Amino acid sequence: MINKIVQSMADALAGVKDGSTVLIGGFGKVGQPDALIEALIEQGATDLTCVCNNAGTGRAGLARLMELGRVRKIICSFPRSEGSVVFEDLYKQGKLELEIVPQGTMAERMRAAGAGVPAFYTATSHGTLLARGKEEREFNGKMYVMEHALKGDVALVEAWEGDRWGNLAYRDSGRNFNPVMAMAAEMTIAQVAHLRDLGEIDPEKVHTPGIFVQRVVHFDRGTPWT
Amino acid sequence: MPFNRDQMAARAADDIPEGWVVNLGVGMPTNISNKVPLEREVIFQSENGVLGIGPAPAPGHENPWLINAGKGLITLRPGGSYCHHADSFAMIRGGHIDLCVLGGFEVAENGDLANWATSENDTAPAVGGAMDLGAGAKRLWVLMDHTTKDGRPKLVEACGYPLTALGTVNRIYTNLGVFEVQRGLGFVVLDLAPGVTFEEAQSKSAAKLHRPS
Repeated sequence: MINKIVQSMADALAGVKDGSTVLIGGFGKVGQPDALIEALIEQGATDLTCVCNNAGTGRAGLARLMELGRVRKIICSFPRSEGSVVFEDLYKQGKLELEIVPQGTMAERMRAAGAGVPAFYTATSHGTLLARGKEEREFNGKMYVMEHALKGDVALVEAWEGDRWGNLAYRDSGRNFNPVMAMAAEMTIAQVAHLRDLGEIDPEKVHTPGIFVQRVVHFDRGTPWT
Repeated sequence: MPFNRDQMAARAADDIPEGWVVNLGVGMPTNISNKVPLEREVIFQSENGVLGIGPAPAPGHENPWLINAGKGLITLRPGGSYCHHADSFAMIRGGHIDLCVLGGFEVAENGDLANWATSENDTAPAVGGAMDLGAGAKRLWVLMDHTTKDGRPKLVEACGYPLTALGTVNRIYTNLGVFEVQRGLGFVVLDLAPGVTFEEAQSKSAAKLHRPS
């Protein structure tokens, strides 16, 4: 019997190695795997590269992981947002590497990694500071920038429901980065608000097929705003 | 009287026809959706995978799982749908969005836009989806004040700030009027706010304005 469901947060994060690239889903508080981030803090892995749309806010979650000195590098599109105080401090002190990526390029780089595409060309960022040092090439009279696939060792995602084969379905705008991150990592760990029996999630409504998911842990977080 | 913020949004909204799919940047442009009547079916898209944004939620009826790119709570209108980030940006980067309206620091007469970083030395500016939208939407409009708070023109011959997108701005809506970027010519005045003269708009711009032919 295939059973990807694990019983504890410690089991969910077991084996995450120092130096890992960790993809962290969510946009704002919606679809953000808070409990898995807390569990990663407990688990202890360090020297991490974190890929997340924002560089953490307040003092909890990703910001806490950074404050503890466990993050070597952040790859994101929007480092500065209201309350990103820990990022600001560490970045100013030179204790954090930063790679800024246009949001669509970030999503596509992970989709490419998941699909076995090593690199691709996009018009986004052509002629800007973010294209510096990258190969640029003309297709049909227009300039494009080469971007590389962005692969994770681990992805932490949040879904509304999941089953023991790892099938996931998201709720409303909670989908965001989660499906592409699930595709792009060696080990995808999903925090789900509801566990379902096999077949209970309508196959037409599975957003992330279980092939992309290695571990599922139940955590009813309540609403994203509590 | 120059347009106030609300009138600027309404002026831009007036020019959006039924049937367009429109992405609105965070900040001032977001207000444009409030100025398009529901009967005129314009489909508003948000980068985080929402297509078909409805009116602001009534107090007590917010859905905490449903936000826009500015992290504000929104609604979905009937016919609306969700997708993941790569599909959402495929809509943007694949040329499926009819119009994007962004805020701006500067727009140059060749259509260059600067709106993400205030200097080359700003090592951690937030780009978000601005470069994807600037390069990928079929049309790019900019909604911004005509000058900075200290009176510096924002319509310029060449951008001084780091660029977001090259040569893609079609139109600018400011508190002084509406300006079209014509390739090979520069800024053409399409409309002026009530009581604003061509000369006043010109004096507050750092590039030549052209009268419509």
